Amino acid sequence: MAPAITLAAEAPKLSAANTGFMLIASALVLIMTPGLAFFYGGMVRVKSTLNMLMMSFISMGIVTILWVLYGFSMSFGTDHGSIVGWTGDYVGWAGIDKMDLWPGYTIPVFVFAVFQMMFAIITPALISGAIADRVKFSAWALFLVLWATVVYFPVAHWVWGTGGWAFELGVIDFAGGTAVHINAGAAALGVILVIGKRVGFKKDPMRPHSLPLVMLGAGLLWFGWFGFNAGSWLGNDDGVGPLMFVNTQIATGAAMLAWLAYEKIRHGAFTTLGAASGAVAGLVAITPSGGAVSPMGAIAVGVIAGVACAAAVGLKFKFGFDDSLDVVGVHMVGGIAGSLLIGLFASGKGQSDVKGLFYGGGMHQFWIQCAGVFGVLFYSLIASAILAFILDKTIGMRITEEEEVSGIDQAEHAETAYDYSGTGGGVVAGSAAAVSATETKKVDA
Amino acid sequence: MKLITAVVKPHRLDEIKEALQAFGVHGLTVTEASGYGRQRGHTEVYRGAEYTVDLVPKIRIEVLVEDDDAEQLIDVVVKAARTGKIGDGKVWSLPVETAVRVRTGERGPDAL
Repeated sequence: MAPAITLAAEAPKLSAANTGFMLIASALVLIMTPGLAFFYGGMVRVKSTLNMLMMSFISMGIVTILWVLYGFSMSFGTDHGSIVGWTGDYVGWAGIDKMDLWPGYTIPVFVFAVFQMMFAIITPALISGAIADRVKFSAWALFLVLWATVVYFPVAHWVWGTGGWAFELGVIDFAGGTAVHINAGAAALGVILVIGKRVGFKKDPMRPHSLPLVMLGAGLLWFGWFGFNAGSWLGNDDGVGPLMFVNTQIATGAAMLAWLAYEKIRHGAFTTLGAASGAVAGLVAITPSGGAVSPMGAIAVGVIAGVACAAAVGLKFKFGFDDSLDVVGVHMVGGIAGSLLIGLFASGKGQSDVKGLFYGGGMHQFWIQCAGVFGVLFYSLIASAILAFILDKTIGMRITEEEEVSGIDQAEHAETAYDYSGTGGGVVAGSAAAVSATETKKVDA
Repeated sequence: MKLITAVVKPHRLDEIKEALQAFGVHGLTVTEASGYGRQRGHTEVYRGAEYTVDLVPKIRIEVLVEDDDAEQLIDVVVKAARTGKIGDGKVWSLPVETAVRVRTGERGPDAL
């Protein structure tokens, strides 16, 4: 993602235009997390809506703090053994001055750090869709802390940090196909293999309770993704960021159409959920590849990802794993598709002169992409399964079956998402009515 | 007195209401209901997973009438509710012991 650091002879100079753009891009990436919350929240049943929203929202608190305390240092500090970064000055951002710039960069370190913070927030939130309806909120919060520390911070360093093994190998991951989407998708698979299925999986209908919310969420994701993708070039001096912006739109449109066409042929209807899912699949696939491919290449990436993900979401029923909202089918599969397609469709006219198979570059880049994809996939899968296993054996990952059946919102959050009834009475604790109710009880006794 | 209950297709509600008004009924109660008869349900598809939804939305209409009007009123409801397609619903009647208008305390047929 980050342009290779060139040791400039003169001191790096702050660009107000790039800095302004990057602050806006950071805000755009942030809005993706509430967007994701709605995208997922609409897809669960009524009784789990709030829990689903909260699993994403809580990440905006927890990961923000972790990122400041030590996450940024682990991901973008000085490299140690190609595995993890660490720079003491970055701990708590205490040693960073507001005018500090890295050599070759045109934006302050603070701006880069806050932009990357938004990535660290949404990546673990993506996992939550796989484990809908059934995980203790406290266990999820603790999982966020552990997963960000053990998986995301190091993996972001591998892929984007100077010295990270994937970065040095030449793996292309413009905005996070590997570090974000394969990483989260593989983690989702690892966790669900440990914690198991929802009560009634494959037996009870588990329809989305609000497709309008899903569409709203997908719209926010699409909008925010321009910041996620185009912002990842950290400036607009050489046209690569704008190319990424353009390709983001093209691939997303293509993937939505591809998913809908696949669905119409296979299942007989153009569904709303298919449109939203296809768009997200396209966004995921163009995330690693949008800086490397041409606009026509972006159409190919979108179509291939749309069909691949639409076909992949059915696999969970075949294999019997309850990836509730298809995090594996959309993010892992879409991420793999986008990352590997760079090896075929890289035009040599985008972020670098690397060419893929169809542009005369042979299979060289394809194999490099495979190393990045499968290295991150297996590490995340195994590490996440181990973390979930430890939590499950200690504090327990799941709520009780009874709580799950009656609804996690009430069990874990003491709230109800929607109250349409005029008669949903009850007495507010501490109110005059409650006091008199207690008194009445005493009299009765 | 009789209680006439009709469980019918939701989109027939306005027709039935108008027919009942024309017949001279002064009040009725409507509830959203769900269920199935011979129509059974329908199939929905979410990301390729097909769900059979067997409880179909229906409207339950309840009307209190005097005994003499019951049969005729049932005919009025049936006529207004019918589309001729499967799933039109059912109408039935039950004897009612008494009825009271809450505001005035009137009882029996006076309360209707």
